[in-house]
Amino acid sequence: MGMTMTQKILAAHSGQQSVCAGQLILADLDLVLGNDITSPVAIKEFAKLGKDSVFDRDKITMVMDHFAPNKDIKAAQQCKMCREFCGEYDVTHFYDVGKMGIEHALLPEQGLVSAGNVVIGADSHTCTYGALGSFSTGVGSTDMACGMAIGKAWFKVPSAIKVNLTGKLRKYVSGKDVILHLIGMIGVDGALYRSLEFTGEGLASLSMADRLCIANMAIEAGAKNGIFQVDDITLEYLKEHGAAEPVIYKADEDAKYDQVIDIDLSKIEPTVAFPHLPENARTFSEIGDIKIDQAVIGSCTNGRLEDLIAAAEIMKGRKCADGVRVIIIPATQQIYLDAMEMGLLKIFIESGAVVSTPTCGPCLGGHMGILAEGERAITTTNRNFVGRMGHPTSEVYLASPAVAAASALTGRITSPWEVMEI
Amino acid sequence: MKYTGNVIKYGDNVDTDVIIPARYLNTSDHAELAAHCMEDLDTTFVSRVQKGDIIAAGLNFGCGSSREHAPIAIKASGVSLVIAKSFARIFYRNAINIGLAIVECPEAAERIAEGDRVEADMDSGIIRDLTTGEEFRTEPFPEFIQNIIENGGLINSIAGGKLG
Repeated sequence: MGMTMTQKILAAHSGQQSVCAGQLILADLDLVLGNDITSPVAIKEFAKLGKDSVFDRDKITMVMDHFAPNKDIKAAQQCKMCREFCGEYDVTHFYDVGKMGIEHALLPEQGLVSAGNVVIGADSHTCTYGALGSFSTGVGSTDMACGMAIGKAWFKVPSAIKVNLTGKLRKYVSGKDVILHLIGMIGVDGALYRSLEFTGEGLASLSMADRLCIANMAIEAGAKNGIFQVDDITLEYLKEHGAAEPVIYKADEDAKYDQVIDIDLSKIEPTVAFPHLPENARTFSEIGDIKIDQAVIGSCTNGRLEDLIAAAEIMKGRKCADGVRVIIIPATQQIYLDAMEMGLLKIFIESGAVVSTPTCGPCLGGHMGILAEGERAITTTNRNFVGRMGHPTSEVYLASPAVAAASALTGRITSPWEVMEI
Repeated sequence: MKYTGNVIKYGDNVDTDVIIPARYLNTSDHAELAAHCMEDLDTTFVSRVQKGDIIAAGLNFGCGSSREHAPIAIKASGVSLVIAKSFARIFYRNAINIGLAIVECPEAAERIAEGDRVEADMDSGIIRDLTTGEEFRTEPFPEFIQNIIENGGLINSIAGGKLG
């Protein structure tokens, strides 16, 4: 029987000719990731195994991004623990303040993931790297500890949903709108335990930033992983970032899918997910007048250079609305530098926004933009659960950088189509 | 393995941000995490949970972040078992890996009510609501999963030579 992209990668990494959905396998890992929140738990578990080395010092990475630069003493202790572990075990890819960025923007940028890889990360948005044609999935700290020790992880081979993309996105519509639309269609458990495989002629018009954003939020539909068919755009990106030689796995013609979803990209409109689930997706005919207190543009979902360019195009020469706090967070040092050289930071600052150092910060209610009781934010992050960005009565609305930028200018949730000529 | 306890009941999509809000993730101390378990969903949970209690919940329990702190907080608060209609996959994996017993049983999760006394025998896969007398069947735990849970998690069972 034919295999999906994911199944082919898992077969190749478990030394088998073929695998089928439901089969339990032990797979070789190309990369094991942790951050400053999940790694400390993994380090404690790793210590119990009594190992005097990690499986491969070049295939482990720790990124201090969540509560870094350290937000308090406890956060500082957690980063210290990671720093000391990486020093003791001579871990090559340790990213501390000054080098670090938000992990899922940083790893592709640094060329640490290539097509055909198997990657686990103790962070649920590890599924982002599926945009590069890899199998990558979020796990917990115990799996991270075992991965660091033996370089393997067990998986139940997932079945898949095929997402067939056609057409081309309209102006000021992006990958974020596509994934919010899809989650709105299938729900937050619509792809539970399964792969989301993105393919079709519409891929040709999707940038890597769009694809990384879409794969990033596969977890928000419950998926084990999201994965994109590798094409010339992927290969060019991998080459530009110095990634290892890609291995391309294409789904078999007779691969079996649980479901096939067709999405015409030209029909997608600016989309907003209402509190308190990412599946509460609405387009602007259903939105009405919703005042905001804060706008955040950043995160592993939408803190890439393309996202900042999209926001700056809308904010250029205009002022943020009175009473709205606008926080821009370039996801990595390189993005920060590029945005500076392109003059984007000037545009943001002149419009009344603040520009932060890279951090996950407000996305998970950590620091750098926490909401008070009853406050409301429009944000380009990935989750809008109760209390996600601060007080349990605050509200988080998820949207694209273009929507967040347009909303920052008006002080209410606003479509870029309203403030820009199209 | 048999679990007996009183039920605390929740709905669908209980996410890891409400199980343990990220503002408390600057620690991995089990007791500190337990002290804030469910805080943003149910402020009464911490004061009323008793050792051995069973959580019954709806679809997609544990969705969201991969934080292992979530099952750790639930286990450290004294909960012996979580029964749900379905679990988010990372949470499912994490719960087994840290030795928190969890089981998918849509019928039981639907029928069992808040406060009911429930007994779950995971060798036979039979869940009994002792308050109503109803009985539900689910898949028993395979032996290797039982070993992991009995040893208090994956690492302990590997370190103790009880696995593989």
